[in-house]
Parts: sequence; C-alpha cells; structure tokens
Amino acid sequence: MNKVLIDKLGEKVLLLGNEAIVRGALESGIGFASTYPGTPSSEIGDTFAEIAKDAGIYFEYSTNEKVALEAAAGAALSGVRSMVFFKHFGLNVASDSLFPLAYAGVKAGMVILVADDPQGWSSGQAEEDTRLFAKIAHLPMLEPSNAQECKDFVKMAFELSEKFKIPVFIRTTTRVSHMRSIVKLGKIIKGKTKGKFIKNIQNRNFPPYIIDVHKELHEKLEELRKVSEKSEINFISNNKKSNFGVIVSGVSYDYVMDAMDDLKIKLPVLRIGFTYPAPDKKIKEFIKKLKTVLVIEELEPFLEERTHVLAKEVNPKLLIYGKSHLPNAGEYNEELVLEALSKITGKKFSMDLIAHKEKYKKLKITKRFPIMCPGCPHRATFYAAKVATAGMDIVYGGDVGCYILGLYKPLETQDFVFSMGASEGLVHGIRKTTDQKAIAFLGDSTFFHAGMPGMVNTVFNKTNPLIIVLDNRITAMTGHQPNPGVGITAMGEETKAIPIEEVAKSFGIENVNVVDPFAVKEMIDTIKEFLNKDKVSVIVAKRECQLLAMRKKRAQGIKVLKFEIDQSKCKKIGICLNELACPAIYKENGQYKIDKDICTGCGVCAQVCPAKAIHAVTE
Amino acid sequence: MKEFNIVLTGVGGQGVLTLGMIIAEAALKQGYDVRTTELHGLAQRGGSIPFHVRFGKKMYTPLVLEGEANLVIGLEPLEALRSCYYGSRQHKTMFLIDNDPVVPLSVSVLGEKYPSINEIKNILKDFSDKVIVLNASEIVKKETGSEIAANIYLLGCVFGKKLIPLKEKFILQAMEEVSPKYFEINKKIFNLGMKHKE
Repeated sequence: MNKVLIDKLGEKVLLLGNEAIVRGALESGIGFASTYPGTPSSEIGDTFAEIAKDAGIYFEYSTNEKVALEAAAGAALSGVRSMVFFKHFGLNVASDSLFPLAYAGVKAGMVILVADDPQGWSSGQAEEDTRLFAKIAHLPMLEPSNAQECKDFVKMAFELSEKFKIPVFIRTTTRVSHMRSIVKLGKIIKGKTKGKFIKNIQNRNFPPYIIDVHKELHEKLEELRKVSEKSEINFISNNKKSNFGVIVSGVSYDYVMDAMDDLKIKLPVLRIGFTYPAPDKKIKEFIKKLKTVLVIEELEPFLEERTHVLAKEVNPKLLIYGKSHLPNAGEYNEELVLEALSKITGKKFSMDLIAHKEKYKKLKITKRFPIMCPGCPHRATFYAAKVATAGMDIVYGGDVGCYILGLYKPLETQDFVFSMGASEGLVHGIRKTTDQKAIAFLGDSTFFHAGMPGMVNTVFNKTNPLIIVLDNRITAMTGHQPNPGVGITAMGEETKAIPIEEVAKSFGIENVNVVDPFAVKEMIDTIKEFLNKDKVSVIVAKRECQLLAMRKKRAQGIKVLKFEIDQSKCKKIGICLNELACPAIYKENGQYKIDKDICTGCGVCAQVCPAKAIHAVTE
Repeated sequence: MKEFNIVLTGVGGQGVLTLGMIIAEAALKQGYDVRTTELHGLAQRGGSIPFHVRFGKKMYTPLVLEGEANLVIGLEPLEALRSCYYGSRQHKTMFLIDNDPVVPLSVSVLGEKYPSINEIKNILKDFSDKVIVLNASEIVKKETGSEIAANIYLLGCVFGKKLIPLKEKFILQAMEEVSPKYFEINKKIFNLGMKHKE
C-alpha cells in the first residue's frame, strides 16, 4: 500500500514533499484532482494515479495545464473540492483562465499547486518565481518549507479557499518537492465526488459586473491579509532582542536555521509561510527595532521589496539586505546563506568554505551529460534526419521532452527550445523569412498539449516545414504518464487513442507518413522526400519508448535481442559510436564493442554500419 | 551524535535511490529525525544521481553542507569524484567506492579522459582521510551469478566496518519494507558485504 493511504492517526512516516501534498489533499476531503505532468511536480500525479481508485476520488492527466485548471475549476464550482498542480511553466499555460477564475471565485475549496524550479534542474528553458503570479492574479499563496508543512498547508489552503470562495496557491520549489522529511499523519476524510453547478451572477465576470467583482476581489484580499497577520505559519524563531534579524520564506528557512547552528549564533528569524497577502503588521513589528535585516528568498526579491515599502513607515533607516548578499538566480543552499550571515555578523564558520571551494573549483572533472537511453527511438530519428539533411542549410526546431537531449553532440538536432509545442511556430516564422529548410521536432504528448495550433497555422498561413512528431506512445520525460494518443487514462481505464496522423490529415495536410524510427532507410528517404514538398508535411515517427518497452518485456519474461560487432568484419569506421552515439557502444583497445548488459536490441547500429559488421546474437 | 551526513552517488540503474531510502527508513525506525533529497526527471537519464541523507537529533536542510559529509558512497568512481567537495579531512569524511565505471559519452564519443582509479584516489586525498575502493559489483556477480546492483553490498560493508550509526535490525526492517520482493537476496548480499575484508 502506498504510504499516503496509511490510516493511522499520529503515525510518523517519511514522505517526499510531493507525496505529503497528496496526503494533505486526502486529509482535506478532496474529490477531484487534475494535472499535466511536469517535474518537479510529477510525483504528485504519479501518487494520485496510484491511489485515486482506492481513495475513491477522481484524478486525470488533462491535455495541458490550462485544461487541467479549467477542469478543477469546474469541479470546485460544482461543489467538489479540487486540486490542480503543475510546474511553473504550466502556470504560464494555465494563466489565461487563472485570472478570470480569481474573479469568478469557487464554491468548494480549490487549491492550485505550482512547483517552481530554481536552478532549472528539470526546466532548462527559464527560471521563474511564481509568487509574482499571486500578486497579479489576486490570489493568496502559501509557501511550505518541508514535507510536514506541504501536508498541513494544503489542508489550510482548502479551508481558506472554501471560506473566502477563492482558489488558493501553494508554491513549492524543487528542494521542497523533492525533500523527504517526517510527516505526522492526520485523519483521511472521504470527500464529495459529486456536486451540482448552481447558476450564480457572481460567476459572470464580464461587463457590467467586472469592475464590482474586481473591487470585491481586492476587499477579499484585505480580509485574507488579516488571516495572514494572525496565521501561525508566519512565525518568529529565536524571538529575542537583536540589532540584526532575518526574514525568510520557503526552503531558505531550513538553510538559515542550520547555518545559525553552524555559526553558533541565534538571530531572530521571521519565517513567512503566508506569502501573499503578506502579514504587513507582523513584518513592521519585526523590523521596527532592527538596524539591519537580511531577506532570504530564492529568485525574485519579492519579500525584500515588501520590506522596503513597510520600513518606510516604521523604520526608514533600516538597512535592508537581500539580493545585495545573495544571488537573484539559481537555487540557494546552506553554503550561500552561511556566507551571507558570516559576512554581516563577522562570525566565522569552523571550516574555511572559500579555501575548500578553491580546492575543488580548480579540478577538471570529466563531464557526464544526461543522454538518450540505449535503443531510444528519438536517437534513431535524429540520426536519420542528420543523414537526410547532410550538407543542407537547415534549421532543427526543438521542443520540450526527452528529445531535448538531441541538443548535445554528436546529434545536435535541437537548435532552440522554447516551450511546449513552440517548435512549429518558430519554424513557420523561419520558413517565412529565410531560404533555409526547417524541421520541427516535437513529441506526442507535446503535440496534444500545444502542438495542434502550430500545425494548423502552417496550413492556414501556407509554409512548408517538415514536422516530425516523435511519437513514443507515452509522456516519457516526466516518468511515463499516459497522454491522449495512448488509449488509457490516469486511472487506468481504456479510452479512445487519438492517432496523430489522422489529426494531421484532418487539418488538410496531404503529406503525412507514419514511419518506424527503427526502419532507418525508410526514415531517411521519407525525410528527404518531404523536405522537397511545397506544402507542410508530417512524419509521425512512431515507436514506443524503449525504457517502457524493455520494462514490459522483462515483466512478461520475453528475451531481449542483443547485438554484437564482428571484429573480423569491422573496418573501424566508427559511425555506430561517433555519429549514432548509442551508450551501449564503446571503444576498447582500438576495437568497437557493444555492452550486452545495456544493449536493448533495437538494431539501428546494424543498419547504419557500412561494413555490415554488426549482427544479432543467436544463442 | 548531532547529525550524520551521507552523500550517495552513481548513475541511473545502480540503485542509488533504493539505497538512500533504506538508510533513511532505518534511521527513522531508530528514532532519528531524517531529511533526504534527490533529483528527479530528465537528470536521471544516464546522468549523475546524487542522493543526500541526513539523520540525527534535529536538522532542517536536507542538503549536506560542503565538507561535512561523514560518508560518501560512490556506486561509480567518476561520480564519487564529482561529489568530492562534500568531503573534508577536517570532518574525517570516509569515501567508499565501487570500482564499477560507467563510461560517459563525453569520453567514448567526445574524447574526454576517464580518470584512473589511482588518479581518483589521489584527488580524493585532499577531501578525505580514508578512501576505500572495492570491486563490489564483481563480487556480487560472482557470488550470486546474476547482474544485481552492488548497492546493498556496500551498505553491508559500511555496516560491517561500523561506519554508519545504525542498528542491523532497523536496516533489515527497512530493507524488507523498501524492496520486499528482493529481501531474501538482499539480506544475503548485505551479509556478504558485512564480511568484506580490506
């Protein structure tokens, strides 16, 4: 049984922040949850998918985050407690419906959880601080610092949401989402899964009502500020007299507590858990008698700017440090906080961290990039595209998925990466304004998520890029969640599998082929042919994610084919290693070899070897 | 004991996560406060996987501070080297490394050099009092006749050498909970590791 279902009041279990969020929802009587997978929030969905049936609630992977938000809003407006969650980029997608939702309000509690990713561990394209969204969308926001708070804050958010008829944000960051700490369990409450939509003028946020609703929203926020003032999740640690204090939110609270311990100092620390609306009075009270305050928060100076505003009233001479002592990009850690505290207080840490850093910064350690797995169909498609376009002046449009790894040498088939489905729009613009050929690569889940409008646009506005949909029959990068092309729902029920090639044809695209990426020559020939068409063309490169295929074979006891290189035939050309770059192939003492332990038997190397030296092993 | 800091490292498939979970659950059973952290998602596709476990009376951050690891367990030599900065002589950090290299594409395709085990040991001297390198994967393969991750062997080894302040019964309980399917074989490998002499 999944730990989040343990029905023992007061039991202490070790939970991942993301698991604790699910537990919090279960203790709040949730009835409906929806998402589009995105790391660092993915395990919330994985956990819901695993337990939804047993817990008697509904969970879905929606087509994209905007649909997920709308679905959860529909449930909340119908009186069913709902939660929607995604990574920071997901909120960008959902934001078009987010703003009106704040105006419309909700009937049952609705929680919107957003997982930010400072450092871009799982989001190379941009860092983003979602706290700013709370402000422009006029929605309250809570920020937990550990797994226990992840659970508790979700419960609190549901209560607030229902009381104030407004969706409530929870904002985590990677380190909170992916931290395990001890969680004391509360009682699971069986929530409502059926309600009724009751027509209400309040939900009609369009003129002439809009101005009144907007005013009411501001009033709601001021009421919520009163809650924030009294809330125990804004608290002071080491409440004693001092000239110097710290204001902190999120995971940085953990860093400052340990850093003080390591520096053997005790400073008053105001931990803000109710980030928006901020507890202004509490902050003013805290900074009134200080000479210096350090605001510690990852990414944007959100609380720091608020502190500036408030200090003007109560302590205009207050020295406010923040981004002056800590970076405005990247993830924080205890080292950074230690350095800042040490600099301000003059206290020295028992270890010379700067000398330590110098010692390892000068080391040149051999790099290890994440790579496409052995037998990954994307590698085969990229290889074919490189061969088919050799010598051509061509742009490779990139997109979001495992195939982002095609940006590394030697394949280099992702010239840019913006956002979900963006490859097509960009490639369209490039085709309109240059004489260069262009291919847009995007995945199956990405196609359904935001790729369809881009494809339609190439037809509507008449360009002729080649669009290759890397259809690996799953949402692979985030951990194998189903998508509309797969034929199965998040809760394991069968549903209609939507074939991408049929969608493309229905848009009026004439050149549409489905090609197996492991059929290398057919793929090369099709790419060459389609790049010469005067209208947009689509290749659906269809082949299940090899990780998943292997897992299924193992479970069914099916033997995996292995390949080997016949040294008597090998002419040491090295295409298999240097151009295909399969991680199962390596060179040892001048000989190319295949590591049978990790070879998955795709046979692509055998097809690309000009000497025909690679063959399947027959045992 | 104020706190005990462990950094586990390796590449996908070597069992870093399972090992980390067993240690963390065992520490919880022994009554400690526990925090762990790891990376998920794309970074796992053939990339480095560092997993931090901290346990003790009370702590806040899940990340081990540079130079403050008590123990670094490397399931892959290059990844152990990459985590060198969590160790320090001042903190008497112990490195335990399985000599089971997974050669990255930066070496096989792009011509970077994979350091020899002696080079790795030499660099680590700056960060550690004691570096133990063993051929755990090889031993496990020989003893069990199959390709099984060496993570549990290494755990047995650190336990046998009294390098980790956890009781055997809690480790075994955690092992059974985290991977019940493999409990019997894991127990056997744990015992083998416990008797490792070097």
